[in-house]
Amino acid sequence: MVDNAEVIIKVRGLTNQFGRQVVHDALDLDVRKGEIIGVVGGSGTGKSVLLRTIVGLNRPIAGTIEVFGQDVEKPILGEDQRRPQQRWGVLFQDGALFSSLTVAQNIEVPIKEHTDVPQTLMNEIAAYKISLVGLAADAGAKYPSELSGGMRKRAGLARALALDPDILFLDEPTAGLDPIGAAAFDELIKRLRRALGLTVFMVTHDLDSLHAICDRIAVLADKKVLLTGSMGEMLACDHPWVHDYFHGPRARAAQIA
Amino acid sequence: MVAGTAQLETVESSDELLVAARGRWDITSVAPIEQRLRELRPGPTVAISIDLTQLEGLDTIGAWLLYRTQRDFRVAGFTAEFRNASADHLLLIEEVSANDQPCEIEPSRGSPLLNVIRHVGAGTTDIAAETAELLGFLGNIVAATAHVLARPRRLRFTSLVYHMEEVGLNAIPIVCLISFLIGVVLAYQGATQLRQFGAEVFVVDLVAISILREIGILLTAIIIAGRSGSAFTAQIGSMKVNEEVDAMRTLGLDPIEILVLPRVLALVISLPLLTFIADLMGLFGGGLMAWITLDISPAVYIERLNQSVGLWSFFIGLIKAPVFAFIIAMIGCFEGLKVVGSAESVGQQTTRAVVEAIFLVIVFDAIFSIFFAFVGV
Repeated sequence: MVDNAEVIIKVRGLTNQFGRQVVHDALDLDVRKGEIIGVVGGSGTGKSVLLRTIVGLNRPIAGTIEVFGQDVEKPILGEDQRRPQQRWGVLFQDGALFSSLTVAQNIEVPIKEHTDVPQTLMNEIAAYKISLVGLAADAGAKYPSELSGGMRKRAGLARALALDPDILFLDEPTAGLDPIGAAAFDELIKRLRRALGLTVFMVTHDLDSLHAICDRIAVLADKKVLLTGSMGEMLACDHPWVHDYFHGPRARAAQIA
Repeated sequence: MVAGTAQLETVESSDELLVAARGRWDITSVAPIEQRLRELRPGPTVAISIDLTQLEGLDTIGAWLLYRTQRDFRVAGFTAEFRNASADHLLLIEEVSANDQPCEIEPSRGSPLLNVIRHVGAGTTDIAAETAELLGFLGNIVAATAHVLARPRRLRFTSLVYHMEEVGLNAIPIVCLISFLIGVVLAYQGATQLRQFGAEVFVVDLVAISILREIGILLTAIIIAGRSGSAFTAQIGSMKVNEEVDAMRTLGLDPIEILVLPRVLALVISLPLLTFIADLMGLFGGGLMAWITLDISPAVYIERLNQSVGLWSFFIGLIKAPVFAFIIAMIGCFEGLKVVGSAESVGQQTTRAVVEAIFLVIVFDAIFSIFFAFVGV
């Protein structure tokens, strides 16, 4: 939909290797501002590794990654610039909430660290984010161990959204949710994108999600991005894996929906 | 990107209060104006306009502040409207207003005095419950041991050897170093005191009896409780968090047999050996110091050792080792299996394991002392 929009994440020649196993070999990927991009691939093709590398949790062997036009490996000098950590939010698979803090306190952590917002406003922001991700008001004072998996995911999303990021990274956001919860999550992401102008980078296996919300899909295979494009282009592709993935029995069910 | 500033200007005329929002209203910039917005009070007018013409940027936090201001004015009985808001701004404000749902930040804590009383009560009942559970666990271990004894092939031999390496072999350097140093310290302190009576040679008795009977084993047990007891709790605890222990149960495997027995057995075998090494190193350190400060030659030292210290002194230390080892390993595994939920729980249980193990080791040491005094060795 946004063909000539500004490129917000630019990955060039990325190579990742663990021991003797090469995960990515000279991988290129562009993510454009305002789009929802879904990254798919078989197990072990390095989808999560790609996400972790972009957000700086994994040092690549070769290649450059630019986010907001800045190399993520280079330190940022000067106080007046927001670090990329303040401009993206990451949702890990199981939420990765800090277990010693309540949900509301979890959401306040990045706000406390990076801004000088007074405590009362911070509490209001936490309450707003909790409601925004569809959690009940009584979830705020609960500890992560008291929540179900789906609720932890929502709480993790609320924390990822705490600083109103420009980019949202999601690692299998709908995995482990019931179909109603997963559909609601898709709707939520779509609404947030519209209201907040988010760019969403999503690693997923969920064909329904791909159909419902992704503008573009990037297929990881053979250690690189095999192809990127819309759902229509995916369906037209005759690469065996891509064909199996998008024409399998589950894919047909998703298309009907 | 340079963080902008949020500005606020108010113009009060006869029939309305005009609030003009300017600049960027986002999370990095709104802090200074938050208090001013909260304290805005219109004078005699009842109409308030919030003008957004010169608003350059807005995120959800800025939108929340705008919405909150409007809401508070309306609640106070004024009419409050936005003026010249763009479609994007209105969308954000609408989004925010749909999620006006206050919530608690942390659970209420109740009165402090009552909490202290509750804490003491809970602590007391916990001790009782924990003791009962620990006894039950002891029973489990005994039953599992009997089970394995009946069918020795069920013993996890690889695991046993691995744990013996971890808790025994790898602990040798630190045990050696510490007992050597304690031997040195004992001999040095003894020498300064005994020299006043011209009884220097009794340093050998002092060092030998205290090391062999008490210090060698006690020190080793405390080192191992800190080093291996805690490791047992942390290992089993993280497996518990990861649902590995539950997985074992569903696969028909007994966690006591697979996780606990090899660890207990490894420590019961290793601790006497470590104690033996600690005894040797302690005596060596004492002898070295006696030679340096008191000119007691190694030959004299060994002769004096033979005269003054019976074989029983050596055995008394060694007899205690398997008992202490059992206590340390049992507590370590027990607390590990009691981990629930989170990583924080692993930390808590590990602390408990070390404290309880050291406490029980010292209690049992006292019981042994009374027993040996009673039987007269």
